[in-house]
Amino acid sequence: MNRRNFIQSSAVLGGGLLISFTIPQANKLAALSQPTATSGFTPNAFLNIGADNTITVTLSHVEMGQGIWTTLPMLIAEELDVDLKKIIVKHGGPDKALNHTVFGVQITGGSSTTWSEFDRYRYAGATARIMLMQAASKKSGTDLKDCKAENGIVIAGKNKYTYGELAADAALLPIPERPQLKKPAEWKYIGKGNKRLDASVKTNGSAVFGMDIKLPGLLTAVVAHAPVFGGKVKSFDSTKAMLVPGVKQVVQIPTGVAVIAEHYYAAQQGKKVLSVVWEDGIGAQLSTVKQAAEYKKLAATDGLTAQKKGDAAAGISKSAKVYKAEYVFPYLAHAAMEPLNCTVRIDGDGCEIWTGTQLPAAEQASAAKILGFAPEKVKVNIPFLGGGFGRRATPVTDFVSEAVHIAKNSGKSIKMVWSREDDMKGGHYRPFFVHNVQVGLNSEGLPVAWKHNIVGQSIMQAATPAFGAPKTPIDSTSVEGVMGSPYLTQVPDHFVGLHNTEEVVPVLWYRSVGHTHTAYVMETMIDELAKSSGQDPVAYRQRLLADHPRHLAALNLVAEKGEWKKTLPKGRFKGIAVNEAFGSFVAVLAEVSIADGQVRVHKIDCAIDCGLAVNPDGVKAQTESGIVFGLTMALYGELTLEKGKLQQNNFYDYRIARMHESPEINVFIVDSNEKMGGAGECSVPPTAPAIVNAIFTATGKRIYNLPIANHKLIQQ
Amino acid sequence: MEKLTLTVNGLAREVNVDPNMPLLWVLRDLLGLTGTKFGCGVAQCGACTVHVNGEALRSCVTKVSRAVGQQIITIEALSENNDHPLQLAWAELDVPQCGYCQSGQLMSAAVLLREKPNPTDQDIDDAMSGNICRCGTYPRIRAAIHKAAKMQQEGVKP
Ligand code: FES
Ligand code: FES
Repeated sequence: MNRRNFIQSSAVLGGGLLISFTIPQANKLAALSQPTATSGFTPNAFLNIGADNTITVTLSHVEMGQGIWTTLPMLIAEELDVDLKKIIVKHGGPDKALNHTVFGVQITGGSSTTWSEFDRYRYAGATARIMLMQAASKKSGTDLKDCKAENGIVIAGKNKYTYGELAADAALLPIPERPQLKKPAEWKYIGKGNKRLDASVKTNGSAVFGMDIKLPGLLTAVVAHAPVFGGKVKSFDSTKAMLVPGVKQVVQIPTGVAVIAEHYYAAQQGKKVLSVVWEDGIGAQLSTVKQAAEYKKLAATDGLTAQKKGDAAAGISKSAKVYKAEYVFPYLAHAAMEPLNCTVRIDGDGCEIWTGTQLPAAEQASAAKILGFAPEKVKVNIPFLGGGFGRRATPVTDFVSEAVHIAKNSGKSIKMVWSREDDMKGGHYRPFFVHNVQVGLNSEGLPVAWKHNIVGQSIMQAATPAFGAPKTPIDSTSVEGVMGSPYLTQVPDHFVGLHNTEEVVPVLWYRSVGHTHTAYVMETMIDELAKSSGQDPVAYRQRLLADHPRHLAALNLVAEKGEWKKTLPKGRFKGIAVNEAFGSFVAVLAEVSIADGQVRVHKIDCAIDCGLAVNPDGVKAQTESGIVFGLTMALYGELTLEKGKLQQNNFYDYRIARMHESPEINVFIVDSNEKMGGAGECSVPPTAPAIVNAIFTATGKRIYNLPIANHKLIQQ
Repeated sequence: MEKLTLTVNGLAREVNVDPNMPLLWVLRDLLGLTGTKFGCGVAQCGACTVHVNGEALRSCVTKVSRAVGQQIITIEALSENNDHPLQLAWAELDVPQCGYCQSGQLMSAAVLLREKPNPTDQDIDDAMSGNICRCGTYPRIRAAIHKAAKMQQEGVKP
């Protein structure tokens, strides 16, 4: 490394020790290097130890509820040996040094933060600790082997130094190659109960979200968007809007017309009286009913081959019994609690942005392009995210670009705030999907032929701006969970096909992505096969999953803890499902009853194998969260379109599960030394199928299209 | 436009506003009290819940004129040192995830706990079902309310 740069960087930060922990190549732990040239006005990925003993950890990923604000600092606290509670945490801005160690771009997503940073953050802590010990050894003339670092202090023979006292000296030392990490038996934080570091600021209103940004002279902008997807402004008249007290300016932008005012209320009042004539375009031809009919037709034909073995059609015609089903899944909105928003201030040839984003560098690049600035002239600040679920990882940077256009066209510093309605109607949905499945069974009731076609829009195609054009037309996010299903490995004749469709409605990853629909199809179909051949759904799965120990471990644990074999009181019914997603294996056991034509979910037991649970209570919290998310999706999740217009508006017609619908949830973590997976999404997929499998037991009715609320349920 | 005097968190605050402006935006955009959140604007999510004369109100649909002469308390003043039994229980049980809904959850729960110092699950369902948490922290909210009730009985003052 270039020592001069390093020292300079350290000096800038007040004589402390600064450790950057860049991994230049994906997946490989390289020697630690000096902070790379910063892009923008943003800091590098680093751990900073100040002369005043402050320890600051900059996060390469963002906190949106999933708990990495705590987990990543834990990894450093563990190896550096400091008090976790005293660490100051902050989000990093766009910076190549913060790129995802596997995905190669800067992103928080794919339930990947903990496993992908497990080594990088631990080595960052370990490296600093060694350097501090070396500095203490030098300073005191004590042999290094007689130095010990513990709880923010290095004990060197008879001398004791705080880390802060050693920071400046340590910064001058060469960086060691590959320090020794602690052994699991020595862990104080990893695998133990750790409280969230952001809990208290989130209980007294002091946590700052994008929505809460305050700047001198900041105005609020709201946007009138095209009512039909793909629509454009033909003309507009702002006369009345400009008369509303507090309204300052009305400007056209590529995606609509923005009203800028002193505050949100005035801006909304202005928007109400703004008259815009829209050019609808081809989007007006899109209606959900028509779309479903078209997709069903396509699904009855073979798509591009995603996975194939033997001859599925021939296998089916030879089977003892054949089951056929067609499944329909609606578009879904993420509906994070904090409506999308973005603050932009343009100052001469520089621009500063404040927004909750999972894709900081993509936002920076888009803003720079719109403004004709170099990317490093755009600073992106990331406050807490009021939920993400994928919506704040939009490769086309829709809401940030919109805000930048408003600031550019108006010449004002603005906070663009979307109403709940804007947020819901703003597109970037979980795609509409149809599956057509045919399964042939042998005389024992086991699947021997499986033909499966999936129809829907490609998310990866939509992600091209940030991730490059897909290398194959088989978008794994459309077929994951069917392609690679453990059940299919047993089936000698099978085919998985994909039809990619194109629509004006933009689509996006939504918490657990393809698994939101594929797990539903696989786990309800397997259940149907088991029950129709008179077999116990757990025993049937155990038989088919015999060569899949991690699926089995989760399944067996939940069956045991949830007392699968025990008879429930009258009127209660149970269902089960198991699924792998994001490298974690989750089994869900749901207990339901039926009343007034609807289902009531009383209890969910869940077992998860995510490998090492770095922060076990965090894993539990995410698992609970995913279950409630899955419950909402199962019960209510549905967006519909008529003539290109989204029919839903707000939480009264796009319902979210509430307290009184939230079941008792018990999460059991499988004691596992297997490869680490993610915890943020994996409990979403098995939740809906476990619930509808219980509904089948109660009613004898199979639900082939979600949401459940569309079906009248009658207990048998 | 009208000059109105509000009592917010014990302080008199003067604002010059359209009397129809929702209290939420007065608090957030004029008084800078951003702990109270905007989630839906139509009394569906509870993120904007504040106390007006001790009642939990949805500030997004409460006209500012209606709040004149009343005691308005926002999350910033639920307690002095983040030590209301609910806040302590929230932190103890790691309730918040993204945290965006939690101001409203706490403000609703505080009224519940005052009215029913020992709430049943049914009481919690009734009092809290107007507050959406998209992160699904409901099981922990429920547990934390029970815990806070216990703490209160053991002498922790709200
Ligand atoms: S913002 Fe007031 S209830 Fe949702
Ligand atoms: S904690 Fe995220 S919405 Fe409740």
